[in-house]
Amino acid sequence: MTEPPKNIVEIKNLYKSYHRESLVVPVLYDITFDIAEGEFLSLMGPSGSGKTTLLNLIAGIDKADQGMIRIGDIDITNLSETELAAWRANSVGFIFQFYNLIPVLKAVENVELPLHLTTLSKRGRREHAEMALAMVGLGHRMDHYPSEMSGGEQQRVAIARAIVTDPTILVADEPTGDLDRASAEEILAMMERLNRDMGKTIIMVTHDPRAAERAGVRRHLEKGYLNHDAAQNPL
Amino acid sequence: MMLLKILFRNAFHHKLRSSLTILGIAVAILAFGLLRTVISSFYAGVDAASTTRLITRNAISIIFPLPISYADKIRQIEGVKMVSYGNWFGGVYIEQKNFFPNFCVEPQSYFALYPELVLDAGQKKAFLNDRKGCVVGRKLAKKYGWKIGDTITLKGLIYPGNWDFVLRSIYTGRDQTVDETQFFFHWKYLNEATKKLMPGLADKVGFYMIGVIRPDVAADTAVRIDKAFQNSLAETLTETEKAFNLGFIAMSGALVTAIQMVSLIVIFIIIAVVANTMAMTTRERTGDYAIMKTLGFGAKDIAILIFGEALVLTFTGSLLGMVLTFPATRIFSQHIATYFPTFLVSAQTIYMDIAASMIIAFLAAVIPTRQAIRIRIADGLRRIG
Repeated sequence: MTEPPKNIVEIKNLYKSYHRESLVVPVLYDITFDIAEGEFLSLMGPSGSGKTTLLNLIAGIDKADQGMIRIGDIDITNLSETELAAWRANSVGFIFQFYNLIPVLKAVENVELPLHLTTLSKRGRREHAEMALAMVGLGHRMDHYPSEMSGGEQQRVAIARAIVTDPTILVADEPTGDLDRASAEEILAMMERLNRDMGKTIIMVTHDPRAAERAGVRRHLEKGYLNHDAAQNPL
Repeated sequence: MMLLKILFRNAFHHKLRSSLTILGIAVAILAFGLLRTVISSFYAGVDAASTTRLITRNAISIIFPLPISYADKIRQIEGVKMVSYGNWFGGVYIEQKNFFPNFCVEPQSYFALYPELVLDAGQKKAFLNDRKGCVVGRKLAKKYGWKIGDTITLKGLIYPGNWDFVLRSIYTGRDQTVDETQFFFHWKYLNEATKKLMPGLADKVGFYMIGVIRPDVAADTAVRIDKAFQNSLAETLTETEKAFNLGFIAMSGALVTAIQMVSLIVIFIIIAVVANTMAMTTRERTGDYAIMKTLGFGAKDIAILIFGEALVLTFTGSLLGMVLTFPATRIFSQHIATYFPTFLVSAQTIYMDIAASMIIAFLAAVIPTRQAIRIRIADGLRRIG
């Protein structure tokens, strides 16, 4: 009998609200759920439902008002800003809707960027970056600037940058939102491969049902509440 | 290294904006450098003053003369090595706009006291032997095209009439700081003419130049000289050459202060220009900085990027401005040599240019850096797209 995969993300009673001067805008209410190691999870919901906020909290780029988020063995809600920055550098890979590459850096330099926070040598950094770019099929575009690449290629560079540090989790915020159908399919297929072949835990925010279908588990947010009937992808 | 690469590429990413900002900084530093050079030129006489020379004048005012008989008494005073004397002649060449400093002096002692005025031995001898002879500086001779043997006529404004001189010698400065625009002639020539025209002004000198044996006895010697003429009809005021020259600058104090103020205003204007550029670039790169923070880079790294970019732009512009200051100063000095005989870019001006650049870069980057560091990552990411 095989042991069920252990949970890599545990979220308990999470609350988050935004403060606009004297106005308090609640965004997330009492969110509790787990993500198993190697899971490909999609978070769906309409605009303003709190998907990106929840993703930001899991990725450690925003702070919860209340509740606990444990990633691996670390409760990130107790970390200071500096500790969170160091934790993000080691543990999280980011894929954004608008690729968010540094425009003045070449593809290979963009991928190398997070490695500058590691102890790798210059040569080691370059080798890792080239390997990551080769994995996403861009070994031939290393010396190109983002402005010289298509949207799909830029998103593949962003994926290479996300995986180059071998993070614990990959978070993707609308990764296909700015792409045409064909490029979107390529990116989703690549994320599937990362999940299936490399065992990467992926949390993806999307409001595109076709993108969500590629995830193993789908969860829905509605006005800040989590729908607990998580759908398992029959595929 | 990666941060350096990013900040250099960021600095020149918008070529037109960066070029205009650099040009603005260069012009401002050029203007600042020229204004500081004007101020330095005011003080050039002070800096070049000898520590072994004293100036004695009438205690009431420099416009009142002293008797020539004081020369012998001064020579007897302890600490005095050499005495010379002279008068301000106040003549102009052909018309009033052709103004330059002109003095009658006791030539033998004067040129011995002022070794920084270098005369050819043969020319000097010819000058000493000719009562109507004169000596002019190299720049002055060049300006009016005078050659040895030429007759030069000055129109006297204090001593009326046309005064003819024969150019016997052209002196050069020992170094670049020496004024080469002066005109000297024999005190005896003026005195003999004055005896006939204005007997009341005869046998009088405007000031004594006194050489002392050592710099450390200058102050005591000055006191002894003034004491020797206490309660006389013409009491004296003796100062070091430096103090005497500073007294002249004090008369132009308001002008010097105004120039200093303008030079500071130039710096403030360029701080505003660079601050505006930095605010624009930082606002445009809010997303980039948010990404870097997301990836784990800290506030220190963001500050390095913004301050570094400001420094790169400012230093590039400043370097250009500093390089341009030298030819600009040469061009200016050709046109204003009469007013600023030693118009040279001093090392102090260059240091002040560098200090100004650093201040500009620092102040221009402070607020954008603070904003970039304080913005929440989520808010920064929201600005992309």
